[in-house]
Amino acid sequence: MQLLQLLIDGISQGCIYGLIALGFVLIYKATETVSFAQGDLMMVGAFMGLALMAFMGLPYWVSVPATIIGMGLFGGGLERVVIRPILGQPAFSIVMLTIGVGFVLRGVITMIPDVGTDTHVLPVPYAGGVLRLGNLVISAEQAMVIATTAVLCGGLYAMFRYSKIGLAMQAASQNQLAAYYMGIPVKRINGLVWGLAAAVAAIAGLLLAPITFVHANMGFIGLKAFPAAVVGGFGSLPGAIVGGLIIGIVESVAGFYLPEGFKDIAPYIVVLLMLVLKPNGLFGEKLRKKV
Amino acid sequence: MMTMSENILLSAKNLSVRFGGVLAVNNVSFDVKRGEVFTLIGPNGAGKTTVFNLISRIYTPTTGSIDFAGPKGMLRLTDQPAHQIASLGIARTFQNIELFEHATVLQNLLIGRHTHRRTGLWSEMFFTGKTRAAEIEAREKVEHVIELLDLQHHRESMVAGLPYGVRKVVELARALCTEPQLLLLDEPSSGLNVEETDDMAFWITDIKNELGITVLMVEHDMSLVSKVSDRVLAMSMGEELASGTPAQVQADPGVIEAYLGSVDDVSSLRRNNRKATA
Amino acid sequence: MRFLFKTDYNQDIKLAKHGGHVFWYGLLVLFLLAAPWVIQEYWLAQLTFVLIYAIVGLGLMLLAGFTGLFSLGHAAFLGVGAYTQAVMVNAGIPFPLAIACAGLLSAAVGMVVGLPALRVKGIYLGMATLAFGFIVEEILARWESVTGGNAGLMVNPPAIGSWSLDSTNEFYFLCLVITIGATLCIVNLMRSSTGRAFVAIRDSEISAQSMGIHLARYKTMSFGISAALAGIGGALYAHKIQFLSPEQFSIIQSIDLLLMVVIGGLGSIHGAFLGAIFLIVMPQLIAIAKDYLPSAIGQATGLQGTVYGLMLILFVLFEPMGLYGRWLKIRTYFQLFPFYRKGMFKRQKSFQKSDRLK
Repeated sequence: MQLLQLLIDGISQGCIYGLIALGFVLIYKATETVSFAQGDLMMVGAFMGLALMAFMGLPYWVSVPATIIGMGLFGGGLERVVIRPILGQPAFSIVMLTIGVGFVLRGVITMIPDVGTDTHVLPVPYAGGVLRLGNLVISAEQAMVIATTAVLCGGLYAMFRYSKIGLAMQAASQNQLAAYYMGIPVKRINGLVWGLAAAVAAIAGLLLAPITFVHANMGFIGLKAFPAAVVGGFGSLPGAIVGGLIIGIVESVAGFYLPEGFKDIAPYIVVLLMLVLKPNGLFGEKLRKKV
Repeated sequence: MMTMSENILLSAKNLSVRFGGVLAVNNVSFDVKRGEVFTLIGPNGAGKTTVFNLISRIYTPTTGSIDFAGPKGMLRLTDQPAHQIASLGIARTFQNIELFEHATVLQNLLIGRHTHRRTGLWSEMFFTGKTRAAEIEAREKVEHVIELLDLQHHRESMVAGLPYGVRKVVELARALCTEPQLLLLDEPSSGLNVEETDDMAFWITDIKNELGITVLMVEHDMSLVSKVSDRVLAMSMGEELASGTPAQVQADPGVIEAYLGSVDDVSSLRRNNRKATA
Repeated sequence: MRFLFKTDYNQDIKLAKHGGHVFWYGLLVLFLLAAPWVIQEYWLAQLTFVLIYAIVGLGLMLLAGFTGLFSLGHAAFLGVGAYTQAVMVNAGIPFPLAIACAGLLSAAVGMVVGLPALRVKGIYLGMATLAFGFIVEEILARWESVTGGNAGLMVNPPAIGSWSLDSTNEFYFLCLVITIGATLCIVNLMRSSTGRAFVAIRDSEISAQSMGIHLARYKTMSFGISAALAGIGGALYAHKIQFLSPEQFSIIQSIDLLLMVVIGGLGSIHGAFLGAIFLIVMPQLIAIAKDYLPSAIGQATGLQGTVYGLMLILFVLFEPMGLYGRWLKIRTYFQLFPFYRKGMFKRQKSFQKSDRLK
């Protein structure tokens, strides 16, 4: 029974990792760049939700869509201003740029007087609720995380499979020049992808906030999402979620059964194992230059 | 180990390679004699560059083998790792130019001398007399190649800024700097104008006659092929079509069909004359 | 642009390419030698930090700038070197031996970390090095019997028997000597076949291989040398700050190191030094600027992070060649005046084509 409880905890934490990893993978699939700013975007999303709910007193069911849309626009704007000018530069420069963006986001939030340096509670209507299944305890926050992740995944899958925009995104990710020639507005698609990734990060933030509270260092969880993306395979959307779940479960189980300290490095050991055994991740694609 | 006749440098036997469901090369065999220029021709997708990649050990054949009369005697090439190929005496150029973009032409050529280096990490770190002497010797050797290919005023230029035609020559120069016995040229004239192609033809002939290097070439430009090749192998869809002298292969009906299609393929395109004059 | 007319191969090979080089670098060395008597003790201490970070920067520049392998967990090697030095010196071992061991142990760890590099590229390698960085940090924190864990570890000054270097001046000269030595070694490497092999691996692995470069061997070598330099820098760092704790070698430190090489100018030796100067001088500048800014901004905790982030963004956007690149452009402008053309250093735009198959 203990194991099952650990699994539930791991799955719910893993969903968060998976959502952040989903953001990475979306951006990677579209532009083959890695964005280290996802964690901090999640943090900004949580703060935005906080601002709307706690400081402006808007009801939950208004704040959430507003935050998601707001972050989506912010992500698109970020792409337009900061990312677009540097496309074409080596991947490493772009990574460093996103690290810089993360720094700035964290720094600016911290600088907001009074609010930035404190930890805040996000007032959600389902706070404190608990589901009991026999001996299992699932908090309402955890259930919300798992349910939302599942719905979101379904939505994204449908979008990529059936909608024109999804197809256009896939085309632009595989060969930009050819996509241009086919009339796909590649730059606008990239902006959309970044917006989408930011929106997903915002959702992750809103789901995580009731569990870890809102504070400026929330974004560091993003560093655990990278192992999730690696385990799943960097080009694969379902892989991101599966990777996240694996990392979450490993962490949860390691925290209980292994000595202290292993909990924090367990995800990284999993990453190393993965890179040795199956370098492209579970669902990843082979990277090979054709000469 | 099989014995090959004295004048055969490279022998490919029953080469096949499969990528997933695609049979890129299907049972191809050919011999390259010492000192000759041997050309692979064929329409796009025939598997010619794949054969090159098999010889360079970038790919491993699914079946078949390649034997090479290397400096230390007969070798099964398919047992060698990719980075050993250069020290065995095989150099190649790439179809889509794989130069070291953020280095100068001179540095690219010096990298070509890598297999001839005699200094190790420590003597280089302290730049001993041995290293200095090795550097000067490398530069002298590279100078010969620069002279041969007229690259003098590009010596200090970054490759990234050079025009396409010059890059192709640098790619050839770099391959020559390895002092190979067998030179693999992948479409040496693609992207070159008529003058540059003529220069290339002269250089290939010089390489064969003056430097005594055997050349295995993939080429589309038939005039270049006729001008420099001794023997030709035509491929299509991964299979051998015909082999022989350039004239023989160009006259082969199977080859003509592979390039131009048969009469049946074309008849549906013929306009109906009665309609046009109505 | 000064055009050098070369008549001798030695002119191509030698370190100082022309009289100007000899003059300016000579002047620099003279200044560095005279520094303890010319500048205040506080700034001498900062200069010592610059030298230490430059040594680490040289290593990271070799790995990331010249070989193209990006290490997101480089602080791990710094930590290994620092703790090895601390443990050995505290046990009474003479410091030359201790530093050598610190360098060697870091090199060994570096080569182990480099193992994934042989199989994976790009972001996957970054993740592997990141993972190693976290694991090493955790080991440093948990192995309390040796490292003192989170409580920290005091470090004795460098000593051989009874002679110890505990003054700022003496320690400064030690760092200067090691920095000059490290720089010469790296410069020598880069002008010989090993350095060219590294550059070849960065620019095109496939053709490097077809030129006979053994990829695994050179990648491992690059990791090893880079980690050794980080270890040596770490050893000196341990003596400088005199008190070690594992959180000094966290991911934040790794990112600072990367920031250093990117802002300094990837792919140039000068970049390591310029980046080190940036890293040490920036906090000082921010501290000075704090007094002039409105208190809401000046006193905020997030100011340093924001400034660093902004600088990083601005450099990547507008000066991808880093501080050294900007210096080159300024110098070329004056040398060519008034014939300097705006597009001289323009990068060729490229469209992204996925390397992914399937």
